Amino acid sequence: MSLATRKTQTMSRGDAGRRTPVIVTLVVGLMLTIMPLPDAAAPFRPDWLALLLIFWAMQLPRAWSVGSAWIVGLILDVSHGTLLGQHALALCVIVFITVRFHLLMRVFPLSQLTATVLALLALYQFLLFWINGVAGVSSPLVAYWGPVTTGTLLWPFLFMFLSGVRYRARSRG
Amino acid sequence: MAASRGNNSNPARIPALGLRTFALILLSIGVMYLDNRENHLDAVRKTIGAAVYPVRLVVDAPVRFWQWLGEATTSRNDLQLELGRLNAERLLTNARLQRLTALEAENARLRALLDARARVRDEVRVAEIMAVDANPYEHNLVINVGSRDGVYDGQAIVDANGVVGQVIRTGLMTAQAVLISDTDHALPVEVNRNGLRTIAVGTGEIDRLELPFLPNNADIRAGDLLVTSGLGGAFPAGYPVAFVNSVTRIPQEPFADVSATPAAALDQVREVMLIWSAPPVSDVPGDAEDPDDE
Repeated sequence: MSLATRKTQTMSRGDAGRRTPVIVTLVVGLMLTIMPLPDAAAPFRPDWLALLLIFWAMQLPRAWSVGSAWIVGLILDVSHGTLLGQHALALCVIVFITVRFHLLMRVFPLSQLTATVLALLALYQFLLFWINGVAGVSSPLVAYWGPVTTGTLLWPFLFMFLSGVRYRARSRG
Repeated sequence: MAASRGNNSNPARIPALGLRTFALILLSIGVMYLDNRENHLDAVRKTIGAAVYPVRLVVDAPVRFWQWLGEATTSRNDLQLELGRLNAERLLTNARLQRLTALEAENARLRALLDARARVRDEVRVAEIMAVDANPYEHNLVINVGSRDGVYDGQAIVDANGVVGQVIRTGLMTAQAVLISDTDHALPVEVNRNGLRTIAVGTGEIDRLELPFLPNNADIRAGDLLVTSGLGGAFPAGYPVAFVNSVTRIPQEPFADVSATPAAALDQVREVMLIWSAPPVSDVPGDAEDPDDE
């Protein structure tokens, strides 16, 4: 509950206008996550929601922090049919790191930021791998390093696109 | 940079971030524990699943539209060809069905003579596969029926040619099924030719199953049809599963290396059938249960 009051305090002005673009991008991200891909390309599907949450947690860490990441993670778990709480935990951890260092990450040049995102995505997949290992789910390793590779390659473009979205949403509000 | 500062003009730490993260991590671990042990969290899963359903529909829509467009713009000529083909197929199927009716009657008579319980006919319902990708770590699919339609966990799924898989998680309006090609899936089968029983295990390749527990001298050869034996209880007996495509016998190994190709086109099916079967004869003595009693 304290979370909610804090949110209303910090986001009293243009609350809905600020939240809509984030929610829209997250819903689109979820669609891209469950969109069918050919079998050969499926292991290389980027972790859209992880990338989006890293961006928004970096830019709006008060509104989009570990709590939202956890909820998004649960939704991801349900739509994937994985162990409930698996993606929630992994997303929570990487968003925690992002929020903790968001001021630092904001002043990083894009190349350095991309390297950071690579590390975050690798950590994310490692957590998923670990939990899968404990729960006894076996899967080919490409399912883990594939998304890290494509996600990192995608990050610069996604970053520029989302910055544009954010800038436009702000100037309209 | 000024643009990205927003109203976080005070760059102080986010309050209680570490504490919240810690609490959420503990919560995740608790949730995972509960979810892994039993299906304690079915209600949670179903609620969130219902919330995600519109997203699944939207993702599914373009594929569906594309199909509809394809059907709507098929030429008359193609339709006529298709109609001819279907008519011929129906004639053949009907001819076979006539014999089946006689055989079923005969089977019931013989079973009565043997004093065995009559086989209950399986109930079937068609479901469509939704064009959504599910678990990246497993071979599975999402179908457009759920517990609302009487689907239950463990239910068998077949297509026109053979066994496809079984339901593993039932949502309210959708259900998730694991394919027989998944590495964690094993299916009790028997060789149709001689009744040799074994287990078909998924390999993670969509077009290959393995039969790892057959001794070198087992009577099995390429081309044999494998059908469900009904022993596991999940699948009703007698549905085709796969055709054996290679048998390699290595003298010093205890088991033969047998691989089979699934009879169902696992990666091409669009429509599948769900089977409501009565419990296996030997399992529960003396009750004729309602098939969709859950």
